[in-house]
Amino acid sequence: MTKLGSRIFSRLVIIVPYAWLLFFFLIPFVIVFRISLSTTAIAQPPYEPVFRLADGLAGIIDNIRQLSFDNFVWLTEDALYINAYLSSLKIAGISTFLTLLIAYPIAYGMAQAPRTWRPTLLMLVILPFWTSFLIRVYAWIAILKPEGLLNQLLISAGLINEPLIILNTNWAIYIGIVYSYLPFMILPIYSALEKMDHSLIEAAEDLGCPPISAFWKVTFPLSLAGVVAGCMLVFIPAVGEFVIPDLLGGSQTLMIGKTLWTEFNANRDWPVSAAVATVLLLILVVPIVFFQNMQAKAEERGK
Amino acid sequence: MKSLGNIRRSFAPWADPDSKPFISFRNITKKFGDFTAVDNLTLDIYHREFFALLGASGCGKSTLLRMLAGFERPTSGEIILDGQDIAGIPPYRRPVNMMFQSYALFPHMTVESNIGFGLRQDGMPKAEIAERVKQMLKLVKLEQFAKRKPQQLSGGQRQRVALARSLAKRPKVLLLDEPLGALDKKLREETQFELMDLQQELGLTFVVVTHDQEEAMTMADRIAVMSHGKVIQVATPAEIYEAPNSRFVADFIGDVNILEGKVKAAGNGRVEIAGEDFTVRALGDTQLAMGASAGFAIRPEKLKISRTAPADATINASEGEIWDIAYLGDMTVFHVRLPSGKVVKTSMLNAQREVENPIGYDEKVWVSFAETGGVVLKD
Repeated sequence: MTKLGSRIFSRLVIIVPYAWLLFFFLIPFVIVFRISLSTTAIAQPPYEPVFRLADGLAGIIDNIRQLSFDNFVWLTEDALYINAYLSSLKIAGISTFLTLLIAYPIAYGMAQAPRTWRPTLLMLVILPFWTSFLIRVYAWIAILKPEGLLNQLLISAGLINEPLIILNTNWAIYIGIVYSYLPFMILPIYSALEKMDHSLIEAAEDLGCPPISAFWKVTFPLSLAGVVAGCMLVFIPAVGEFVIPDLLGGSQTLMIGKTLWTEFNANRDWPVSAAVATVLLLILVVPIVFFQNMQAKAEERGK
Repeated sequence: MKSLGNIRRSFAPWADPDSKPFISFRNITKKFGDFTAVDNLTLDIYHREFFALLGASGCGKSTLLRMLAGFERPTSGEIILDGQDIAGIPPYRRPVNMMFQSYALFPHMTVESNIGFGLRQDGMPKAEIAERVKQMLKLVKLEQFAKRKPQQLSGGQRQRVALARSLAKRPKVLLLDEPLGALDKKLREETQFELMDLQQELGLTFVVVTHDQEEAMTMADRIAVMSHGKVIQVATPAEIYEAPNSRFVADFIGDVNILEGKVKAAGNGRVEIAGEDFTVRALGDTQLAMGASAGFAIRPEKLKISRTAPADATINASEGEIWDIAYLGDMTVFHVRLPSGKVVKTSMLNAQREVENPIGYDEKVWVSFAETGGVVLKD
């Protein structure tokens, strides 16, 4: 009985993550995808066809016939969408790079710190999460606006005469994304660096490698897994980011998250916004799956 | 000619007053905060020597090695290598290479690029690097593993890669930090001999740190026994074993019985020590004061047990009773309880497969030894 019980338990443990993905990722995605194949309607819900069990089998087949890829074709026809995608990728790419530049030295410093300090340093990195994300982004408005803290400080220090216009530009978005996503970059890099055997650096130096060169030849390549993980954790949500460009960016800032919001709420065009979301997912998932496949193959070759 | 132990090779620059040491530690002290890891230590190592630093963990042997490699700076004192003070030279410019205890192989590089790493740092032409790497792979018999990554190798193979990598640059001195610590016993024994042959073949100076006395005895020309940051004795393995200079060394290396007593007579190159069970008469320091307490250290294989009393039962002999017997295959160890209650260890080589009328438990026996069988130790 206990043996059977433990077998059922071990099956259940395996099922949980799959069930989670099924109910909270795959099924919602299928619904979104199905909406993206519909057409708008002034109705409740605001698209058609709507599947109803009452229609019977013939009705359902008839409904499926009505589905089409017109919305996806529409996305390619209007330059707005393509520009929004490209601009999102660019902003996310630049932000990810800037985040990496700032996060790496921090993670490195943490990994070098005395062992007893490390838990405290980790705590400090996670500390901002204890306040609301929204409040932190609003705080940046107060800092970056023309009469804000930053400009007051720079003017009183005599470094500038005119206030810098940062708010409502792409720079404000970069600052917002870098600030908000920094911990997601620091943590994986720190964990990669912290695991590293210090004698590897000593071995490199022993073999004639000065410290800076030892960093590039040993430390950095060995932290790459952390760097890649961190970049994905920042890049993926940054592409679809809505709050930061909406609050900090200007009206001319084009990001797909904002476009999606407009389609969904202002235009009430569910099918097009569903198509936008589907394409966004493909843009992110396809390269990642491809990349992971390559990595797995490279590892296989190594063996 | 008499000698302490069998001589492995006639190589003894330390005995020649004209030969110059290759590595000299002069009054080296290393402190970590309040802790003194190495304490005013002076030590000479000669060219082409296989030198072992032996001691328990925390005795300062690794710190000494790391100072030679350049990873630690001495708090005071100087280190001379081939006539040059190397204290201020960073590790990446020292003509020494180290084989790390953890091997420290670069996991993101193949065996080949691990071995060639140091050569690439020196800017050696590519063709020459390839040639040298090939040579090194052949030396450690890993030719077919050139393209593998370290994590795809066994422990023994990794050890060889680490060795090849540290030898690739042809260093003046090779430092080995517990080089065989991670290998199992059988592989360790094989590798010990391989290391010795390699050192002979390449004509290099090897400095090895180990806590394993057997390893040090097998491989080294000379051993420095260390304790608490000081060198207690520097000598050949045979001298360390047969003529330890202190209770610490006698006790640290191998098995030993120390018979305690008071000096009764001294002269004529001999010392007499009166103990509870034995009156010891042995070769030794005749300067000892009468009545001073002294010990006599004797190895188990130099104690003889017999059923009949020796010719002179008053000197270097005692009665006893067999207390324990351990059969180890190559030899048998007897624990003999003496009248005072002290238990001594004696061992007997099992030269024959069959023993007639073997000595058994609780038997009354005589324990005796020759006057050259051990050493007198002052307190």
